[in-house]
Amino acid sequence: MSELNTNNRALKWFEARLPVVSFLDHSLGTKYPAPKNLSYMWNFGSLAGIVLVIMIISGLFLAMNYTAHTDYAFNSVERIMRDVNYGWLLRYIHMNGASFFFIVVYIHIFRGLYYGSYKPPREVLWWMGLVILLLMMATAFMGYVLPWGQMSFWGATVITNLFSAFPIVGDDIVTLLWGGFSVDNPTLNRFFALHFVLPFAIVGVVILHIWALHEAKSNNPLGIDMKGPNDAIPFHPYYTVKDLFGLGVFLIFFAYFVFWAPNYMGHPDNYIPADPLVTPAHIVPEWYFLPFYAILRAVPDKLGGVLLMFASILVLAALPWLDTSKVRSAVFRPIYKWFFWLFFADCILLGYIGAMPAEEPYVLIGQFATAYYFLHLIVLLPLIGWFEKPKPLPESISAAVSKKSKGGHGPVPANAPAQEKA
Amino acid sequence: MADTAHTAHGSSEGESRRDFLLYATTAVGAVGAALAAWPFIHSMNPAADVLALASTEVDLSPIEEGQAITVTWRGKPVFVRHRTAEEIEMANAVDVSELRDPQTDEERVQKPEWLVAVGICTHLGCVPLGQKPGEPKGEWGGWFCPCHGSHYDTSGRIRKGPAPLNLPVPGYEFIEDQRIVIG
Amino acid sequence: MRKFILTAAAAVGLSLAATTGANAAGAIEVPDESWTWEGLFGYYDKAQLQRGFQIYNEICSSCHGLSLVAYRNLQEIGFSEDQVKNIAAQREVEDGPDDTGEMFMRPALPADRFVSPFPNEEAARFANGGALPPDLSLMAKARPAGADYIYHLMLGYKDEAPEGFELGATQYYNEYFPGHAIGMPPQLYEGMVEYADGTEATAEQMAHDITGFLQWAAEPELEERKSLGIKVMLFLIVLTAMLYALKRRIWSDVEH
Repeated sequence: MSELNTNNRALKWFEARLPVVSFLDHSLGTKYPAPKNLSYMWNFGSLAGIVLVIMIISGLFLAMNYTAHTDYAFNSVERIMRDVNYGWLLRYIHMNGASFFFIVVYIHIFRGLYYGSYKPPREVLWWMGLVILLLMMATAFMGYVLPWGQMSFWGATVITNLFSAFPIVGDDIVTLLWGGFSVDNPTLNRFFALHFVLPFAIVGVVILHIWALHEAKSNNPLGIDMKGPNDAIPFHPYYTVKDLFGLGVFLIFFAYFVFWAPNYMGHPDNYIPADPLVTPAHIVPEWYFLPFYAILRAVPDKLGGVLLMFASILVLAALPWLDTSKVRSAVFRPIYKWFFWLFFADCILLGYIGAMPAEEPYVLIGQFATAYYFLHLIVLLPLIGWFEKPKPLPESISAAVSKKSKGGHGPVPANAPAQEKA
Repeated sequence: MADTAHTAHGSSEGESRRDFLLYATTAVGAVGAALAAWPFIHSMNPAADVLALASTEVDLSPIEEGQAITVTWRGKPVFVRHRTAEEIEMANAVDVSELRDPQTDEERVQKPEWLVAVGICTHLGCVPLGQKPGEPKGEWGGWFCPCHGSHYDTSGRIRKGPAPLNLPVPGYEFIEDQRIVIG
Repeated sequence: MRKFILTAAAAVGLSLAATTGANAAGAIEVPDESWTWEGLFGYYDKAQLQRGFQIYNEICSSCHGLSLVAYRNLQEIGFSEDQVKNIAAQREVEDGPDDTGEMFMRPALPADRFVSPFPNEEAARFANGGALPPDLSLMAKARPAGADYIYHLMLGYKDEAPEGFELGATQYYNEYFPGHAIGMPPQLYEGMVEYADGTEATAEQMAHDITGFLQWAAEPELEERKSLGIKVMLFLIVLTAMLYALKRRIWSDVEH
């Protein structure tokens, strides 16, 4: 790690013993090179990190006022809403923050799919992302149980019952998860404990995710590697300010929901205290689980549905090998580009089907959409990679950027840095 | 901060404008972050239901002269002592100006025979002894804090030991001759 | 900037597409009413809420609890401290144990939560022919159409069930109740309440007022939330605009 360039003697003294400033400078600062052509689609990674921090902080303060007991949980949440100073704000930030976390992460994932960010040398980076997604889903599910409303209780019942599908050990697993013979106080207690600790596991995997990113460096809209200093700019100040601007825009959307539509993405039934004797008419998971819920319901067989649902995420881990094209970015893949949007639409369709009651025509549409989901990943991706003729790639990022600004936006500004090849 | 990566061809006018913008934006962002921290911090202050907690009513009639009871008010012990004539005399027989926390006995009671004080040592929050018969009452016949040896007199004033202040007198009123409401 | 707008639009589209589905599963269409608390600058009409409280207190409270609201909260809708003390003192709560170890009844204080009419669910069902009158604290949030649903439910009774519709002995036909067979008899008859402020007590007026009161009971933080939201939003717009200008300036020496 190189010397920190500073005249501050106290800082120098400290840096010689714990070089934290130069560490940050190398990882997120002026010494970390990033491609100069990243679009706003590249904002969502750091944004997800910030949302994670917002969730942990708001969750911490909520936990100070929450009681994890079936007799008190519902009322303790309502006490937060009514009596705790700004408790309503903390809870609505946390509640809507969960939804926005998934919005941000889903956009981040689809960006990776479009620009081939999972391809070599970023396979492990991609895997770490999938681990984060799985941990997020577990955390979100258990968090939704904590207010102990009707949807909390029945969501917990339905999801934990998924594990009963496994032969022989299924029922024992479910009893183990419950700590009893139904979803009850022991279940609520362990879910609270896990909901509190899992986000810190997410932080750990996020660090691995960023570590892997720093080995391979960022992908970019062209999908070609940085070849020299002309292709790169320092992360700070260029991407710090761009990420902060993106954060501002995000917060405007977020604030709209927190202050004016805090329950829009929730479900009214969760404002009814849990009743183990009455199941609500329509049980639907939170919106971010709907596509997976649709896949679960597409299979008439209990075990089959469960396996397929887990498979729908696990199959993504094999994506670096299923996609046989050597070209990363869909910009240069005329055929894949269309199939990407088809796949995107299929995922949205699955989400819609997941919200619909289990009746025709939704069941049939759900089955087709599920089939297409796997067809795209397992069959179409390898085939497209073999048969597609990609467009020629630009020789470098700087060459492409230069050409674009010459062609599209008039003459190159006089003060632009020199673009000669390094 | 941002200047480190800045290359040398910006005009000086542009440079200063960027600096101004940078400082202004940083200032606005910092103010926003500070304001955003307030709801989180304030959530740790007593909630509305805690502040609204009912006051405590105490029936004084069963307390014999020379006896004391401890009641709970806002989760804290409150000493109510039915003082004897001798104890009242002891409380008055002191040169107030020599006290660490000068207060006359009159300022601390509404009716001389009844002393009401929060039973929490003003040193570090222990509950002093002296309520029950047989407990040490300290050198001035009031209370004695076993944690660090503070002595309180029969008016609950600090006389010896590390505590800086007298036992605080909570707000209370007589709603009947033998009945008070604390808080 | 074009790309940025596309990105933002995609984000909104994704979230909307995903949530419309979730809300589409309702059964009965409830007409949309307009209320003072809706919109960017929504607020509560305190006079309406006080009338609504009067209806709750005189009619609803004989069967329905409001257990999450405290009497002290009534000061927020314009009752004075003394009025609140009097309102609370009309009800009795169990307290204790006293010096002899017995529980005893005492008049409620402003710090107490609203006293529920029945001690437990079994007692409530027993007194109501097996039907359970739900607690109303969160009613305006716990039904898909919220306040609109409450309003129309109060006025949605039909004297006769449609032909072929089977009603139980203690059930009534209501257009807006899920399944239409409701255990609660029609409640609001013209003039059954004499409003303290002299407002004419038509059924519509009463339904309107009780809806307002229950909306407040469910979301007492609404006014504070929306007014804080305006400030936060203005601040964020200014900060984001400044960040955008700063971003443009910092990026001005880079071809991208």
